[in-house]
This record gives sequence, structure tokens and C-alpha cells, in this order.
Amino acid sequence: MSTALESKVRIQREDFSVTDEIEFMKKSSRNIGGITTFLGTGRELNKGENISELNFEHYPQMAEKKLGEIRERAIKDFGIIDMSIIHRIGHIDIGENIVLIIACGEHRQETFKACEWAIAELKRTTPIWKRETTTKGEVWVQATP
Amino acid sequence: MSIMITVKYFANLKQMAGKDEDQFDISEGTTLEQLSDLIRQSVPQLGDMVREKKVMISVNYDVVPLDTVVKDGDEIALLPPFSGGM
Repeated sequence: MSTALESKVRIQREDFSVTDEIEFMKKSSRNIGGITTFLGTGRELNKGENISELNFEHYPQMAEKKLGEIRERAIKDFGIIDMSIIHRIGHIDIGENIVLIIACGEHRQETFKACEWAIAELKRTTPIWKRETTTKGEVWVQATP
Repeated sequence: MSIMITVKYFANLKQMAGKDEDQFDISEGTTLEQLSDLIRQSVPQLGDMVREKKVMISVNYDVVPLDTVVKDGDEIALLPPFSGGM
């Protein structure tokens, strides 16, 4: 598990600064003309249940490997310049940051497509699990749209 | 000849198993489907979930089909549906 800003694929307990992460990615190339970001945050309601806290667990090594594969494929298949993916684990309060994807490209179109694809692929292939604490107790979330 | 493998459990599967991982002494040439029978002996519910494909299995960090033959030193994990992202 890495928290160093220089790594473009990270799973970490600590919160991240969206601004710092974007500024870091802007240094990847002077050819970047468009940046699309996706920020996932902890929401209070899920399927009508009030959530008081979230906990994320991951499969170390496999999760980092999958995020690395997503980044490499996004760069190759969508022709973007660079991408970073950061996902937090452990206890997360409502409203806190969970996941950040930054897609950098020469033009906006490819960064929109790459960013949307990357979050969908993360949810499909990356071994990370969410546990919600509600008034009824703790529930492991099975899959989310 | 037998090989020793480790099976890791995550999320709700860890709670079902009551442990993080199991060690199995298995014959060379054993498939993941055959391994699920051994898992069933240890934790019946988990073995059934593997057979019914309610969980995925990874070997060395890649999801693979149940007819995959297990090799010595492989890292195997039972993976419930993922729910990362937000």
C-alpha cells in the first residue's frame, strides 16, 4: 500500500487532495489540454437505508494489479496521455472521498470516455469490498451500479 | 505427489469461514472445482457458493475458471462480488 504522490495507482487509508493530485498529473506532459476527473464520495442513503459509516476492504496486490491494468489499458485504448487512480480503504465517513480517477489527454473527448470506462472497469474487476453500517447493522454490499 | 496451497477469504466470506485463510494438502493435478469439495468439508456454505458460481476464484491475482488446475505455490482466493468505487 502506497501513499506517495508519485505513484499513479494507489490504495491508501489516508484522504487525498484532489487539487494536489490534479497538479501532480498536469506535470506528466506539456501536451495535456484536457483533464477529466471522477470523484466518488460516501453517501448517506443507499436503497432507502441511512448509512452511518463505510468500511472498504481490498485484496492487497491483486487490487493494485487490477488498477495498474486499468490505467495501462485506458492510456492505450483511449489514446490519453496519462491516468491516475486512487482508492481509499478502511473507515470512511459520509461525505468523505473514496475514489479518484484523473484522465489527462490532448483533447476532452478521450478523457471523458477513458474516465467513464475506468470507473466502470474498477467496479467490475478490482477486488475491493464495501461494508455499510446502518441502523439495522453491518452489511457487505454485493455489487453497485 | 501432494502440494500445499493456501486459500484466502475476503469480506463476507471471511466472516462465514471465521478465518482469513485455510491451508489444504492436495494432490497434484487438482482442479479448483475439486478443491471446492475440500472447501465444502471445511466450510460447507463456501464450497456450495463456489460450485454455484456465486463467488469468483483467483489464482495468482487473476480470476480463472473452475477447471483450472492448481499448481504448487499458487495463491488462491475466493472473491465475493466486488463493490468498490463509491
